[in-house]
Amino acid sequence: MRKSLLALATGLLLAGSVSAASAADKLKVGFIYLGPIGDLGWTYQHDQGRLALVKELGDKIETTYLENVPEGPDAERSIEQLVRAGNKLIFTTSFGYMDPTLKVAKKYPNVHFEHATGYKRNPNMSTYSARWYQGRYIQGLIAAKMSKSGVLGYIGSFPIPEVVSGINATMLAAQSINPNIKVKIIWANTWFDPGKEADAAKALIDQGADVIMQHTDSPAPMQIASERGKLAFGQDSEMIKFGPKTQLTSILDTWGPYYIERVKAELAGTWKSEDSWGGLDSHMFAMAPYTNMPDEVKKMAEDAQAAIIAGKLHPFKCPIVGQDGKPVECKGGDHLDDGQILGMNFYVKGIDDKLPGK
Amino acid sequence: MELVEAIILSVLAASTPLLIAATGELVTERSGVLNLGVEGMMIVGAACGFAGAWLSGSVFIGALFGIVAGVLMSLVFALMALGLAVNQVATGLALTILGVGLSGLIGAGFVGERITPAVHLHIPGATDIPLIGRVLFGEDGFVYVSIALVVGVWWFLYRTRAGLILRACGDNHASAHALGYPVLRIRTFAVMFGGACAGLAGAYLPLAYTPFFVPGMTAGRGWIALALVVFSSWRPGRLVLGAYLFGAVTILQLHAQGWGVGIPSQFMSALPYLATVVVLVLISRERSGGSTAPAALGTVFVPDC
Repeated sequence: MRKSLLALATGLLLAGSVSAASAADKLKVGFIYLGPIGDLGWTYQHDQGRLALVKELGDKIETTYLENVPEGPDAERSIEQLVRAGNKLIFTTSFGYMDPTLKVAKKYPNVHFEHATGYKRNPNMSTYSARWYQGRYIQGLIAAKMSKSGVLGYIGSFPIPEVVSGINATMLAAQSINPNIKVKIIWANTWFDPGKEADAAKALIDQGADVIMQHTDSPAPMQIASERGKLAFGQDSEMIKFGPKTQLTSILDTWGPYYIERVKAELAGTWKSEDSWGGLDSHMFAMAPYTNMPDEVKKMAEDAQAAIIAGKLHPFKCPIVGQDGKPVECKGGDHLDDGQILGMNFYVKGIDDKLPGK
Repeated sequence: MELVEAIILSVLAASTPLLIAATGELVTERSGVLNLGVEGMMIVGAACGFAGAWLSGSVFIGALFGIVAGVLMSLVFALMALGLAVNQVATGLALTILGVGLSGLIGAGFVGERITPAVHLHIPGATDIPLIGRVLFGEDGFVYVSIALVVGVWWFLYRTRAGLILRACGDNHASAHALGYPVLRIRTFAVMFGGACAGLAGAYLPLAYTPFFVPGMTAGRGWIALALVVFSSWRPGRLVLGAYLFGAVTILQLHAQGWGVGIPSQFMSALPYLATVVVLVLISRERSGGSTAPAALGTVFVPDC
């Protein structure tokens, strides 16, 4: 029932926002958003990217966005709607838009598409994502230094490779500081439900975790950690407002530079289908200021960040040992290759938990 | 022991919005009206409740804003479904869609703002009793209100004449009308009560549960409240049981994950819903097929005057 409602709601939204687009000879750029632009997380950051784009190239382009577009068949209709409204470059900003985007892309070879966090491409469809695991590695170092109980709490959304690689990167880093560090993992099975995220944070803290990490989108876990006097990391956006004495740092999605670069290429006629997977060096994401920690921990984090940017430190440096005690095959020379990270479906040794579905 | 107390506290907090919203809907449905717009009324209550608290600096005023917003939303429903005798299912669904949009609009300026959440009761001595102290004497006001509300509704429905008349409207509006009772007026009050409860339940979320506002923060709790009313077979006592059971399963599955119990988390996330289905089956078996729903539920009534 909820689904059909959302579909209906999207239909209404579509009717509203697309008809608003007008004006000729400006390049039309469209965006499809998963959540509301005010979600303070994932969609909010994409919209910040769009706003940066408008600020930079506003006289040459016109942007349209559709928010609250559910993943699934309805997305296809929404994307097509943007095409019909004359958008020539369309960003679809969630993993679940992958197949719908590809389908529409094949239907309209003259329109260019950019899909976030997916792996399917077409001559007119690029993919882009960020190497967030680098940020998670830095967070793991900080967490291990700051935890007094030696137990970290991790709130996951869904057990997909992106989230699993984040947990592994965190734990590899934490183990390099404290070999006996433990992590408790709770899957919320949702990207966004403030109440449930808060409950998960409470459960983790009640079970002894004193540093909370989240891979869900609302600031609720940060707030609970703050209320209970524990520490936490933000997610997607700056959440220090919700925990001035709690937030250690946060992984900030910064899509603006990428959006500007791609639109410039489109304007110059040099756009081509690519796969961009940018790390800390590419400004695809950034770390929020390191706060609420002693100077030496801060310095350690900054050094690690510099080493990652310089290419001297790779979070998935071999040997990597899986939960079964066997080393994982090292396909990328001295570290795991991108394919292994993008498809990561195992926990590293030291995580006393079972990966759902394994 | 501390962990047990912590779990009970979390369960109460998670169950309270469900209990408040479901109690209101129970009264609405007992009068024979099916209002599927609980989610919409809740989310508008959340937005207005936060706005009220932020503007006034008082959680109490915020809760009042939430209640008023819920009532206003329910009046839209009453106008359509009772006044104009439009299909109740369609109107309720439309109300939810309206509410989701409206709350985004109202709340847009408040995203990212903070308020001081509802204070918890503290009675020196009583609150400090181990295990039960904080559970009984250390909750926020919403929790106590929810209990008082459900007891009050039980008393009203089964111990007062007005409650009997309301139930009569829900079971056979033609007879109630023939006896001279103003069916539509009674139903309008019942719908308004449902709206007030939904608004209060919505306001609980940004005022006490997670003290900030983001669009869509009810995340389907209105639908769960609707399911709870069916689960309770329209009885307040079972409603309390259902709401706390639902909250307990939700919280315990999170703890089970933290303990590393080797059950897939997807299955555990589905557990509360599975529990609902099981109980529904049990109830219908016990009644050997007879329906427990108010007989006139969801039917349109146009007085022949």
